[in-house]
Amino acid sequence: MKPFDYTRAHDPASAVQTVAEEPGARYLAGGTNLVDHLKLGVAAPEHVVDVRGALDETVTELEDGRIRVGAAVSNSALAAHPLVRSRYPLLSAALLAGASGQLRNAATTGGNLLQRTRCPYFQNTTTPCNKREPGSGCSAREGHGRDNAVLGVSQECVATHPSDMAVALTALGAEVRVLGPEGERGVPMPGLHRLPGHRPEHDTVLEHGDLITAVDLPALPLAARSTYRKVRERASYAFALVSVAAALQIREGVVADVRLALGGVAHAPWRAHHAEQVLRGEPATEEAFRAAADAELAQARPGADNAFKVPLAVNTICATLRSLTTQEDR
Amino acid sequence: MSTTSPAGAVGRPLPRTEGEAKVAGHAPYAYEQPVRDPVYLHPVLSTVARGRVVAVETAEAQERPGVRVVLTHENAERLARTGDREFAVLQEPVIAFRGQIVAAVVAETPEEARYAASLVRVQERAEEHDVVLTQGHPRLYRPGEEAAPGADSEQGEPDAELERAEVVLDRTYRTPMEHNNPMEPHTSIALWEDSGQGHLTLYDSTQGPHTVRETLSGVFGLDPGQVRVVSPHVGGGFGSKGSPHAHNVLAVVAARALPGHGVKFALTRQQTFSLVGHRSPTIQRLRLGADRDGRLRAVVHDSEEHTSTVKEFAEQSAVCSRTMYAAPHRRSTHRLTALDVPIPFWMRAPGECPGMYASESAMDELAHELDMDPIELRERNEPERDPQSGRPWSDRSLLRCLREGAERFGWHGRDRRPRARREGDWWVGTGVAAAFYPHVVIPGSQARIEYASGCYTLRIGAADIGTGARTVLGQIAADALEVPVERVRVEIGDSSLPQASVAGGSSGTSSWGSAVVAAARAFTEEHGAAPGEGARAAATTPEETVAEDHAVYSFGAHFAEAWVNDDTGEVRVPRMYGLFSVGRVINPRTVRSQLIGGMVMGLSMALHEHSVVDERRGLVVNQDLAQYHVAANADVAGVQAEWLEQSDTRATPMGSRGAGEIGIVGTAAAVANAAHHATGVRVRELPLTPDRFLVETGP
Repeated sequence: MKPFDYTRAHDPASAVQTVAEEPGARYLAGGTNLVDHLKLGVAAPEHVVDVRGALDETVTELEDGRIRVGAAVSNSALAAHPLVRSRYPLLSAALLAGASGQLRNAATTGGNLLQRTRCPYFQNTTTPCNKREPGSGCSAREGHGRDNAVLGVSQECVATHPSDMAVALTALGAEVRVLGPEGERGVPMPGLHRLPGHRPEHDTVLEHGDLITAVDLPALPLAARSTYRKVRERASYAFALVSVAAALQIREGVVADVRLALGGVAHAPWRAHHAEQVLRGEPATEEAFRAAADAELAQARPGADNAFKVPLAVNTICATLRSLTTQEDR
Repeated sequence: MSTTSPAGAVGRPLPRTEGEAKVAGHAPYAYEQPVRDPVYLHPVLSTVARGRVVAVETAEAQERPGVRVVLTHENAERLARTGDREFAVLQEPVIAFRGQIVAAVVAETPEEARYAASLVRVQERAEEHDVVLTQGHPRLYRPGEEAAPGADSEQGEPDAELERAEVVLDRTYRTPMEHNNPMEPHTSIALWEDSGQGHLTLYDSTQGPHTVRETLSGVFGLDPGQVRVVSPHVGGGFGSKGSPHAHNVLAVVAARALPGHGVKFALTRQQTFSLVGHRSPTIQRLRLGADRDGRLRAVVHDSEEHTSTVKEFAEQSAVCSRTMYAAPHRRSTHRLTALDVPIPFWMRAPGECPGMYASESAMDELAHELDMDPIELRERNEPERDPQSGRPWSDRSLLRCLREGAERFGWHGRDRRPRARREGDWWVGTGVAAAFYPHVVIPGSQARIEYASGCYTLRIGAADIGTGARTVLGQIAADALEVPVERVRVEIGDSSLPQASVAGGSSGTSSWGSAVVAAARAFTEEHGAAPGEGARAAATTPEETVAEDHAVYSFGAHFAEAWVNDDTGEVRVPRMYGLFSVGRVINPRTVRSQLIGGMVMGLSMALHEHSVVDERRGLVVNQDLAQYHVAANADVAGVQAEWLEQSDTRATPMGSRGAGEIGIVGTAAAVANAAHHATGVRVRELPLTPDRFLVETGP
């Protein structure tokens, strides 16, 4: 790895000031992704600013009923938090479906959102990758394509976003609190992560120097009946082939409200707006679930290796909604 | 399960003598050995699969602080012997596979070495490459005798018999390229001291310190007396550490360029994917001809595999069909094609493991065709003698394993129809497969026993790669000397100890243990039960250990329960049971660990393991443990291994046979057969990923 300077920030504002002024500076929180990149040569910052100690590591309820999650809250702590477990079961489930116990202890809320794709070509500096080296080409498009995205892909990039937590936050419509050189702002989810388009080197809408300080979870009674289903060949410690975060509210057999987001299928956690729209007001039946899932996946553009993700996503959406229906009936 | 007198050590589940030190982190592995003035090596690997190194620019790397030397094919020493081209490291500017060593940096810290290595500019000229094994590949050939003794074997008239048979099954099975992933990657510390004629000390993570010494002394033109290989603890090898590889040569080249410095070299996980061997993919065609009542008339097993252009290695997958079942007409063949891939090598049960996946899947398919219980089909084809050699069996306990295993697993009353049992969203099925493994004793190991201060010290240059060898050899010595095991000290893992064969082919305990028993007998004969201070004796593994007039094999039966999700195709295996016949069990704790370890690795092969090759780039894409999936804790729900209480003194004086590999043989077939029983979908290509079930059972 390239030698770099290391400093520990004591407060978010000074961290932002330091990084904003130095193009070669990067934030470090849990380090579960950046440290790999340093070793692999995927990232070669000149200055690493450790913000873990500078950021909030508490979960607090705001006066309006929202929950504020400090950016330094570990994935394990967030998954285990009573407020999260009771009000947002899908978030707790998504967190626990990710990585391993050791990694969840180290990984932070802010860092989890900003982790980068595990596309094998992105992580291998001996192969072209537009995300790592803009303009060098996409190796995944014609290469090993099993993990590639099927929704929102571009000629330049077919990478998927690896986070489970972000899929749950996208379903919830969380708001990411960002401190930048110009001050503080909120970035809604979906909306933080971009589709690749012509600039796949940008994973998110954040600019250099922006620092995630917290994530606000909306007061959303619907989310009390929610779940996260992650499909993968290995029972743990694997990224999703496809995942579904869902919340469902049924009144008298009819879908009153629904939230649906997909992981493992796109460059960003994918809010299934089409499916939600198709479902609202429909009877909560297998046929309606399938019609909604089909509507969402109609826009899919898979390759040969990942064509299975389309029926898999459809089936997983149906299975996840079905499981919530059964829960409702109990 | 104990099979010994209560007074003896053999048969007792003693914990590993070094277990506590390992768990506490006090057991130093090769890379942790203290050396003076250590320096660190990081290699530069080729990024094309075939071609030439046109130029290597090292100036930028050389200028980095801390860099001691940058090695290329231009400045590396000329090696004495490079007949085995795997060891011809940095000898010529030829690239034979992607991930080959083309340069290396040695620096004062590992970080400096790694960064400087990234600054070495290697100009490569790519040539057209071929890295994909296809069925009927145009360059298939019959391997030489060295790589595959008896590549082809034929008895009777298999072709004519297949024409005549009432039922014929003709199926092709595929297994992918796979990589060993021991917890401890391959590591070495090489120290060259140039006083006198020079002396090399190599701390190495190896399955055979003597093998490494012999090979490297040849490569460097040294007298074996000038070389010492030390390997006290090894964090797994599974065959990949059964021989030195290019990285050992590179470490020594660097050490000889920097005398007096311990050159430390730990391969990254990614580097192990091209430098230390892999299992070749296999394409295996099985043709079974049988009577309606299930009696096999003909068995034809043809296996196609790849090898490298650097060195020939043949995965002997079809050999199993020469021994398993009675069929008067049989043929088995192996064909290789040399591709521009890294060099394949041993991976747990090379040959038997992929071969028995195919043949035991075919037996299951035949049973299904005949609407017969798969255990019954195997009962109908039990050979009285070894079909290959005609010799009587020393101890063929396959049917006992199948029958008693069926009892213990709860096989009886199974509804044979596939897709008949459902639990919630899951299809549930059970499967069975047979296992076998040849008994191997390698002659020539020597054991020395010395008595001092009430303690018997056993010295033998064996390797404990996590198997429990150190503990087990102590138990064997204690009983042979008729002394309490607490009074025996065991020294292994060093080439300065007496000669010992490699820990491979499930031969370690059999080979070394035979020498230990012989040495103990010699000691007792010479010194009696009350030896004097400094009394000693030595003996060598006798050549005639294994009864030549018998066919000596271990056998086993695997049972698996598979759940396949109707919506997603995910496969989970909540229950595996194996019953084995491995002769006398010297240490139930360590043998159980070997057997369940093999079964877990077989489960991993069935569900996960797959080195994905990008054919355009000649690259194994998934080069780390996040991407090359092996079974992890959550995948291994219930694994149970048991064994028959037996003793086979035709095999070894201890009555034991090898147990290191049989656990992985047939396991994948049991899982695949269970998945078929669950879903009705027969997948003939590993691994059994969700998409294979989704596509065929989905809406």
